[in-house]
Amino acid sequence: MLHHLINRLLLLIPMLLGITLISFSVIHLAPGSPTDLQTMMNPKVSLEAQKRLRELYGLDKPLHVQYLNWLTRVVRLDLGRSFAPDGRPVWDKIKERLPVTISINLLAMLLILAVAIPIGVIAATHPHSWFDRGTTLFVFLGFAMPGFWLALLVMMFFGVYLDWLPLSGLTSLFFERLSFWEKVQDLARHLVLPVLVSAFGGLAGMSRYMRGNMLEVIRQDYVTTARAKGLPERTVIFKHAMRNALLPVVTILGLSVPGLIGGSVIFESIFAIPGMGQLFYSAVMSRDYPLVMGALVIGAVLTLIGNLLADISYALVDPRLRVG
Amino acid sequence: MAGTFLKREFWPRFRRNRLAVSGLVLVAGLFLVSLLAPVLAPYDPNYIDIQAILMPPSSAHLMGTDSLGRDVFSRIIYGARISLKVGFVAVGLATLIGVLIGAVAGYYGGWVDNLLMRLVDLMLCFPTFFLILAVIAILEPSIWNIMVIIGLTGWMGVARLVRAEFLTLKEREFVQAARALGASDRRIIFRHLLPNALAPVMVSATLGVAGAILTESALSFLGLGVQPPTPSWGNILTAGKDNIEIAWWLSVFPGLAILVTVMGYNLLGEGIREAIDPRLKE
Repeated sequence: MLHHLINRLLLLIPMLLGITLISFSVIHLAPGSPTDLQTMMNPKVSLEAQKRLRELYGLDKPLHVQYLNWLTRVVRLDLGRSFAPDGRPVWDKIKERLPVTISINLLAMLLILAVAIPIGVIAATHPHSWFDRGTTLFVFLGFAMPGFWLALLVMMFFGVYLDWLPLSGLTSLFFERLSFWEKVQDLARHLVLPVLVSAFGGLAGMSRYMRGNMLEVIRQDYVTTARAKGLPERTVIFKHAMRNALLPVVTILGLSVPGLIGGSVIFESIFAIPGMGQLFYSAVMSRDYPLVMGALVIGAVLTLIGNLLADISYALVDPRLRVG
Repeated sequence: MAGTFLKREFWPRFRRNRLAVSGLVLVAGLFLVSLLAPVLAPYDPNYIDIQAILMPPSSAHLMGTDSLGRDVFSRIIYGARISLKVGFVAVGLATLIGVLIGAVAGYYGGWVDNLLMRLVDLMLCFPTFFLILAVIAILEPSIWNIMVIIGLTGWMGVARLVRAEFLTLKEREFVQAARALGASDRRIIFRHLLPNALAPVMVSATLGVAGAILTESALSFLGLGVQPPTPSWGNILTAGKDNIEIAWWLSVFPGLAILVTVMGYNLLGEGIREAIDPRLKE
């Protein structure tokens, strides 16, 4: 177990190097030098910003020197200063947005697990029933539904037509004046739609996956054995079968992290939620290169952490790995 | 041999699968609509009619008009062309890269394989949407840039698939026979191994088209994809968002077009998968 963990942690180093290397090459994708060609023709980038960009990346130096310089700064979380008029450090800007995005994604994950696992289990234990057919249809819809369209539809229905839920933002204008419980309520009302929408895509995939796992596990010998010794069906399904079918779900959850983080760009800009996705989107729109690069690196690092956590929890729940 | 497989096994199985056939019909329909767009569209998609701004659906404008008085139905028909193009070019590029990398990794093994697979792991670490947006921030958003970027960020699945196929295929007798006859690596890879690994690649490419269409529409929706006035389903939806409180038709119809198209490709892909290997069916 410990050996496994140390191995995983050591593997992080080359991965982090690779992530920074790819991110670094992205900024050099632009034809010619990123400062000269792109910015001179781009009226959005001022002369002063060009100078800052050149300083940040040391663009007059050879490529490997540029990369090493940039890397040593990234390691110290010095991602440069934003091009925005406030000129604040990129890390500060990202830091204040991260909790919002992480909480929404965690809530979405919880929702995915809470809904997809029962769906998968029921569909697998009642194959070809109306429930199974219904959820299969739902899964196909879920795979084909553009998340941003679903966002528009629920906004239109719950926000405009029924007028039950707020359309955008994280809090109401009068938030500061509310009591604690009213604040919680206000926040929750704002979060319902974004969390629902970001969970939707994963919901389809996860319930499909859970169904497949369950079908597989139910055919195993130990399940037959459990039934043969006369255990009640409930115990067989929930204790013997489901626990084993749940194992790979942890891995899938880890793999869904990049999708969720990427999706936050769309949902946060639709629902005007001040998270990292929205920050990234506005950085792209205003060609705020340091912020774009910073968000790219942080996004990849978050994914890496998500995968690592999934790995660790897998090791924790799987006795074969825990003991071995 | 491939011909008889298609006729004797693949097609009969495919035809019996109702979902697969409906997928094929949907995809074929998309082709027809893009091909016949000038005939099918009742209006010029870019014709601005300031006397018909934000009109709800009626017999004159089946799907209503947008904030410039342009006919939404005609714009959706022309938008099909973008979806078709993006699907093909982006997935074509992704498949090409994926097949090459997967083939080299699977065939040569050893450190080459190790290096290439670590590259795959790395690329999978990036939230793809972040990576695409970062590149678009540096290059200008245009339909070509978008197709290329979606292709460059979408090859990892195919590479893994082809590598896995190659790993098992290369141990088979016919490959050893080819090697004994003195065939070059290149010949073994392209003439002997690749044709045998094409089936799963085709499935993943078909499903990949669905993904590429979703990505393009999301980018265009955010204003970072196909630029107006060129109509794309994603950028019509942007107008839907801007007018969400007054014009439902701007949000509903383009989304339906995306949904139906993506579903068509998904059904087709699953259908091909099951027809190639019926054991895969649950």
